Amino acid sequence: MSSRLPTGGTRLDRSRPVTISIDGQDVPAFVGDTLASALLGSDVRLVSAGIYSGRPRGVMGVGAEESNAFVQVTSGPGEPMVRATELEVHEGLSVERIAGRGWLPEGIDHTRYDKVWAHCEVLVVGGGEAGVTAALEAAARGVRVVVCDDRPALTDARAGELVSHPDVRVLTRTTVVGAHDHHHLVAVERRTDHLGDDAPPDVARRRLWHVKAAEVVLATGTQERPLVFPDNDRPGVMLAGAAATYVRRYGVLPGHRGVVWVAHDDGLADAVALADAGVELLVVADVRTTVTPALADALAERGVPLVLGAEVVGTDGDDDGFLYRVHLRGPDGVVVHDVDLLAVSGGLNPAVQLWSQAGGKLAWSTEAAGFVPAAPPPDAAYPLSVVGSALTGATGAVTAPATFFCGDVDDADAARVYLDPQRDATLADVRHAHLAGLTSVEHVKRFTTIGTASDQGRGFGVLTVGVLAQVLGRPVTEVGTTTYRPPYTPLPFGLLAGRDRGALSDPVRVTAMHDRHLAAGVPLEDVGQWKRPWYFPQRGESMHDAVLRECRAVREDVGMMDASTLGKIVCHGADVGEMLDRVYTGLMSSLKVGKVRYGVMCSPDGMVADDGTVARLSDDEWLLTTTTGNAASVLDTLEEWQQTEWPDLDARFTSVTEQWAVVALAGPRSRDVLAGLAPDLDVSAEGFAFMEWRDATVAGLPVRVMRISFSGELAYELHVPAAWGGALWDAVASAGGVTPYGTETMHVLRAEKGYPIVGQDTDGTVTPVDLGMAWAISPKKVREGRDFVGARSLVRDESNRPDRRHLVGLVPVDGSTAIAEGSQLVDAGADLAAVPVPMHGHVTSAYASVALGTPFALALLDGGRDRLGEELDAVDLRVPVRVRVTEPVPYDPEGERRDG
Amino acid sequence: MRTSERLPGHPDFLWATADPKSSYDVVVVGGGGHGLATAYYLAANHGITNVAVIEKGWLAGGNMARNTTIIRSNYLWDESAGIYEHSLGLWEGLEEELDCEILFSQRGVMNVAHSLGDVREGRRRVNANQLNGIDAQWLEPDEVGKLAPVLDVTDRPRYPVMGATFQPRGGIAKHDYVAWGYARAAAALGVDIIQDCEVQGFETDGDTVTAVKTSRGRIACGRLALCAAGHSGVLASQLGVRLPVQSHPLQALVSELLDQVLDTVVMSNAVHVYVSQAHKGELVMGAGVDAHLGYGQRGSFHVIEEQMAAAVELFPVFARAHVLRTWAGIVDVTPDASPIVGHLAQWANAYVNCGWGTGGFKATPGIGSVFADTVAHEAPHRLAEPYALDRFVSGRLIDEHGAAAVAH
Amino acid sequence: MLTLPCPFCGPRDETEFGYGGEAGVAYPERPADLDDAAWAEYLFLRANPRGWFTERWVHRAGCRQWFTVRRHTVTNEVVPDAAAQEVR
Repeated sequence: MSSRLPTGGTRLDRSRPVTISIDGQDVPAFVGDTLASALLGSDVRLVSAGIYSGRPRGVMGVGAEESNAFVQVTSGPGEPMVRATELEVHEGLSVERIAGRGWLPEGIDHTRYDKVWAHCEVLVVGGGEAGVTAALEAAARGVRVVVCDDRPALTDARAGELVSHPDVRVLTRTTVVGAHDHHHLVAVERRTDHLGDDAPPDVARRRLWHVKAAEVVLATGTQERPLVFPDNDRPGVMLAGAAATYVRRYGVLPGHRGVVWVAHDDGLADAVALADAGVELLVVADVRTTVTPALADALAERGVPLVLGAEVVGTDGDDDGFLYRVHLRGPDGVVVHDVDLLAVSGGLNPAVQLWSQAGGKLAWSTEAAGFVPAAPPPDAAYPLSVVGSALTGATGAVTAPATFFCGDVDDADAARVYLDPQRDATLADVRHAHLAGLTSVEHVKRFTTIGTASDQGRGFGVLTVGVLAQVLGRPVTEVGTTTYRPPYTPLPFGLLAGRDRGALSDPVRVTAMHDRHLAAGVPLEDVGQWKRPWYFPQRGESMHDAVLRECRAVREDVGMMDASTLGKIVCHGADVGEMLDRVYTGLMSSLKVGKVRYGVMCSPDGMVADDGTVARLSDDEWLLTTTTGNAASVLDTLEEWQQTEWPDLDARFTSVTEQWAVVALAGPRSRDVLAGLAPDLDVSAEGFAFMEWRDATVAGLPVRVMRISFSGELAYELHVPAAWGGALWDAVASAGGVTPYGTETMHVLRAEKGYPIVGQDTDGTVTPVDLGMAWAISPKKVREGRDFVGARSLVRDESNRPDRRHLVGLVPVDGSTAIAEGSQLVDAGADLAAVPVPMHGHVTSAYASVALGTPFALALLDGGRDRLGEELDAVDLRVPVRVRVTEPVPYDPEGERRDG
Repeated sequence: MRTSERLPGHPDFLWATADPKSSYDVVVVGGGGHGLATAYYLAANHGITNVAVIEKGWLAGGNMARNTTIIRSNYLWDESAGIYEHSLGLWEGLEEELDCEILFSQRGVMNVAHSLGDVREGRRRVNANQLNGIDAQWLEPDEVGKLAPVLDVTDRPRYPVMGATFQPRGGIAKHDYVAWGYARAAAALGVDIIQDCEVQGFETDGDTVTAVKTSRGRIACGRLALCAAGHSGVLASQLGVRLPVQSHPLQALVSELLDQVLDTVVMSNAVHVYVSQAHKGELVMGAGVDAHLGYGQRGSFHVIEEQMAAAVELFPVFARAHVLRTWAGIVDVTPDASPIVGHLAQWANAYVNCGWGTGGFKATPGIGSVFADTVAHEAPHRLAEPYALDRFVSGRLIDEHGAAAVAH
Repeated sequence: MLTLPCPFCGPRDETEFGYGGEAGVAYPERPADLDDAAWAEYLFLRANPRGWFTERWVHRAGCRQWFTVRRHTVTNEVVPDAAAQEVR
């Protein structure tokens, strides 16, 4: 038997039949149907089941208020827990019934989701009559207007005028889900969900709109509220307004023989509409004792009996649990009616969710029998208003609606009065919560789980407040609502992620030589956002072997690496020297043009924050280098100090990290290689000393050459404008016998020299003194009482305790066992089972070393500088390695190799 | 259609709503997890039952209702390991102690590494934990994949998984059940639980706080114990004490109920996501802390978007899940990301417990017992000693930033 | 997404800015003269009011200038600070 009427249905395109399926059963439908209307049109009543009870559930509502009819979509990319009342059908749509719980389809969802930003003077939420009026008025003022409506199209007669207005953007199938501070509204536009396989491949399935509006107008109307009674969850029990809407929009009869039970005039009007559509109404019941005469007359004209002061007190189900009898108690006692439809309506809740999200207050209105907008949000800079009598509650109904939620139900029946059908939560649960001592609606919500399901209480939330008030014996006004939180309707994770997935989930930064590295097939290391060559394996070579080979090349011959990721900051101004004196521990103002100096920066609490070099390019131009990871934060720090504390200093800072590529050339033969590439440059030890820089032509390119070493070997940094980075790399690589090396070898070489890496050998708890770098603190500044950032903290007693953790070196006592990074240091021979085992420090860096002929490590060790020669156990994953504490500079401690 | 098992129900009776008496031996300000646990242990462990817990809103409606319920003790420094491991030990016996269900599920907590630096720090922490007697393991990527099959351990993600720390004894509990369990047990021992009672000021005499002025009248106190999390700074300022805490919004969200796909808790500091699948099947996820101060229990939406991008990147199957509800708590963050516990500066009979940042829930039983002991003996408990306020003067910080830079 | 009033660029989205906490906490003239307690106060103690708050922001993804605003920490109402460019 079909419940589809032969004609009618404002949303249907009857010329376009489609077939959908539920649990493998084909169901005919028309384009324009929702899943709910298609199922009702084919008399498919079972849509879902109670999560715990397994009780059958059908369609109750027609929109976002639906609490029962959630399904798992299995066609297309698949989607769990989709509301049948808003799922538009298309050929091939396939769904499965579920009991309150969905599942995540396996595999990666490649569906495209986009995000769009829009700015406007007026955002109107809701494109009904009131919304269209408000939008046209705003547009007439000549300002930009955005209108969002969740339906497929606006139905107002003025829609065409609105859509064609040049300053108006109308977004249909668009639900505003969030009203955030400062009028940031978030909306979801469903672009291709309703098209199925016909969706154009170049159109994103959904778009997340971020709308920033100067003013927001809510024209969100109402949502229908049910009445409850024992066994109120049976398929066949529907909201009266929803039932009438199915007739009007979809040409579907929601039932053939029914009873209507309402508490307000609109419900009676719905009954009239159902009767006109051909539903045999056995009786219409109203909880009120007086109703608007015109509505009573209309029912009488249609021969439908009206019973006042009546309540539904129960229903019976057939073998499948579907509704087939209604028990109605009127003034003359209980009468039982055989039906397939019970249409109920307890009132119309103003759709205040966005108002509440935005910080607006709510108040119970007796006139509207619902919570209506009261005090507006506190931030007057962002005006929020409501329009439409439905939302404001000023409906001017001839006869006031009843404030009625549920009749008297004894405890035995209360467990079948469903207040949240999706969660199978009942009146009995509310009574239990009350008996347990709970009085707050928030507690009752948590105790019973009412309102926590996919509809977030849109269906039953206000009703539950009313029921709770009854249970507590207090007026609704005192009980109040729970807080409405975003989102208004559920938001797919994938939509929120948008395009920020895979390679776009975080920017990838690459150097000017990156294509060379890719061509060489080099393994890359993620260093922050950068991709850096990790090592340069030759055919069949392991990482271990490659790194040893690269290290040997630098120590004995010459190597090159891509050092472009170094943070680079140019400083201009007459007072840069003074500024740098204040932020570095060392003295920088005395630096001569042409010279370079190593520098350490501390945070104000005295802990090492960064290190790098300072080069003086001219009287008033300087170049700082920072660690790769701290380039942005060092620039931030410099600007903050200069702007907020020392605006009198003439100093300005510019990041040039991306503008310059850097090739590091290191090893005893580096001077020869550089000489060959830069014949005009005096590369002699006397002509170009350590910690100096020169501008030179290298391989025909304009290069700033710095004699800096991060390996202890004779070494140069070649800085070139980034556009020539690849050319410089090629030129050095072609100079003959220069071994490329990666970050791993760089780490080994610097560690052999005891050079710490900020962030690896430090962790925000380490002072320069702890690192053995007291020499980096300018004695002249200290002597003269000149301050620098962190100085005061370094003289606290705590900063000078002898047992602070110091940077030391470690070698395995057996000369061969590798030490693991992250090992904890304990007493030699400590019983590791006797926890807690006192720990004295930890290993920060550890490598195999071809130069030392032994594995070695750097570690932070309590009082470490006083423990040289001591043996300890370095424990990694419960395995100890006996180590000896050494100076932190295992290799070439006298620094004899830096001049080649 | 497949139905689900109901969660265990609640006790028949929780607690009776009390009206304030004129005086108590101890007034605990803050009816969240910490306040309730403190009151319970004052009564249960120290026989101090003339205690009021005063709460300005509804009980456990602050951070207790808003956190993501992760429980673990695998902290880096000895001091932190001490208090959190003490807490985890209590969690393990809490259902018996309180005689009610709290849905404590030791499903393990995994913290995923995405860079060589993460691996190094993770190993450092595992080693420290193991030597402190805390169950901790290091997992290689394939082991991560076995424990969390929906976590993408291939090299596809922008930051591939390079390993993880894992604490098998970590897990989750049901926050309402915990708070109500403490409230019920405390009330049964005679503690008055007073809701809708806002502190408006204090009365003092010399170095003693004599009474709390509230929206429900004056309540005299023998001792005062502040357990007000994000509102601690405001309360302390009413006693002329400045606390080095900053209150920030911290957002979280929950999905619809979904068939179980994740049997353990997964956290990633590097890509800013932490997630568990709760008992009923909903995904519970936390976002990063909003940068600015905020008491509005609202955060900015872009933080949620970034969080979802991270989640989908790590767990591709999550793309089709839906956010049902978002919310925010107010976390009180100290300069070293460690709490403040002990005497409230110069006040002889006032004690403070705050600054837990994102770690408050997991500390609930531990700090409840330690703080109760501190208040009862009027001297810091051994595990509370390192957390005295004066560490900010000496500089002896307990810097957990390295290990806990992100909310958890 | 708050909208913050950069005094140099105009209103911009929150994501363009960095946060600087309480305004008006000046670096001590002579840190060396302070005792540990006074120094700790500078380092660690910042106002944390529930209500109106004068705070610093930096337009990091814009003009990179620091400025101050008055913001209500409960409602997030923001008003430009009269002394917006005196950012100490």
